[in-house]
Amino acid sequence: MSALPHGQPPRVAFPPNWPARLGMVVLVLYVAYASTILDLTWNRFVVGLQQGGKFLARMFPPDFAHDKVSLLLIGMTESLQIAIVATVIGIFLSLPLGLAAARNLAPRPLAWTARALIAVFRSLHPIIVAILFVKAVGFGALAGILALIVASLGFLSKLVAESVEEMSMKPVEAVRATGSRLLSVITMSVLPQVIPRFIGFAAYQLDSNLRNSALVGIVGGGGIGATLFTAFQRFDYDFVLTIVLAIIAIVMVGEIVSGWMRRMFQ
Amino acid sequence: MSVTASASTQPPDAPKHATSLVINKLRKEYRAGQPVLHDVSLTIEGRGLTAIIGPSGTGKSTLIRCINRLVEPTSGEILFRGQDIVRLNRPELRAARRHMGMIFQEYNLVERLSVIENVLCGRLGYVPAWRAWLRWFPPSDIERAFQLLEAVGLADFATQRADQLSGGQRQRVGIARALMQEPQLVLADEPTSSLDPKTSVEIMELIASRAAERNIPAIVNMHNVELARRFADRIVGMAKGAIVFDGPPHTLKDSHLLEIYGGEGWLE
Repeated sequence: MSALPHGQPPRVAFPPNWPARLGMVVLVLYVAYASTILDLTWNRFVVGLQQGGKFLARMFPPDFAHDKVSLLLIGMTESLQIAIVATVIGIFLSLPLGLAAARNLAPRPLAWTARALIAVFRSLHPIIVAILFVKAVGFGALAGILALIVASLGFLSKLVAESVEEMSMKPVEAVRATGSRLLSVITMSVLPQVIPRFIGFAAYQLDSNLRNSALVGIVGGGGIGATLFTAFQRFDYDFVLTIVLAIIAIVMVGEIVSGWMRRMFQ
Repeated sequence: MSVTASASTQPPDAPKHATSLVINKLRKEYRAGQPVLHDVSLTIEGRGLTAIIGPSGTGKSTLIRCINRLVEPTSGEILFRGQDIVRLNRPELRAARRHMGMIFQEYNLVERLSVIENVLCGRLGYVPAWRAWLRWFPPSDIERAFQLLEAVGLADFATQRADQLSGGQRQRVGIARALMQEPQLVLADEPTSSLDPKTSVEIMELIASRAAERNIPAIVNMHNVELARRFADRIVGMAKGAIVFDGPPHTLKDSHLLEIYGGEGWLE
């Protein structure tokens, strides 16, 4: 450990990262530019706030009239059914699709086909998929269910594929060495490594399907969303609040249930 | 169904303890033109423990993995139960693998499964996947799994998860899983390299005694020359992808070790 020879520049511990600095400046400039283009002014925001205040005032108190509550219950039940059916079917389909997409198990062409399919499922938001299905199979819960199955498949299959690719190949090799078929190898050495994480993903997907099931109704996919949309159009803002509160309650219950599921299977 | 399929692969007149494994000019190139195994030939008789010693990276592991084709040989033949393993198609290979029990350096247990589930994995060549999924193994298999766990000293651990065991205990489970196959050949790839010296001796004792009891040959890769001398009936020394020594332990001299491992200082 000797001192630096004289005449040499001092050592730099944190060299400046010029590309990153330049990138930051460009980003800030772009945000400023985009805001002016989109007419994002303080004045509009203030006017909007007043408007929002009036809207909120009209929502209170929430409407718990008997006929409204029964409408709410019908819509909610349907949404819940859409979410649960879509999640369960999504879970069953995502396992094979995810396994097919795992590059350490599936042959290349199969893996790439499955990956491409998953990419397509993931590229469109559930609402857009729901619009397509409403056009294809008509209004109602079926369209919503199909849309949410596609969403679940996109999310779950990708995560299955990733966790299969991250798992240890050692037990897989050992089970292969016993002379077992692929299906047994998957059952006894792949799934035990993947399932605990998968249940966490599935619980999260149930959560997100609960939220999205309220959405798909707005475009005609059945469930509480349809009720909500009608209430908006009829300016029944107090009923809108009731529905929003109910959705929040369901999503929170869903979160508790999914957290509980995750803990149980860790 | 699977049982009859396996029985049919063995000629009815096959002698019970004939030569068990013949390796002929086995060659493996991971990259073309760079062989890891240089046309290795080796004949393993119907019983006894054969230790393959040699430095790391010399092809011991590749050799043993070629025997059950966890590694695909480039050329050569491997005769086992009257078949050339190298030429088998997938279903035939699966049928052949059922008769070879393999023990791994890092045990290769399914950590999240219980000890007994891991042992029962040794039956997966015979039990269909849906039954394995439901854990609906034949009662005779379950009974045998318990007996094997007793034999390896882990009867009290049957329902514990494999990741709760120590290294030595895990390797015992690995041995029980291999024996669960009722193999006609045991392949062990560095079974003691991850274990402390005392446990290593216990594990080698277990492998040697179980193989002897069943009258089946065991091929064991190892680094440790002393362990090899102590437990092997025959020692095969490998260097640079070729066999440079083959004989009973007492004929293995320092000069051979020099040839196998190279260098000199370490022998003093």
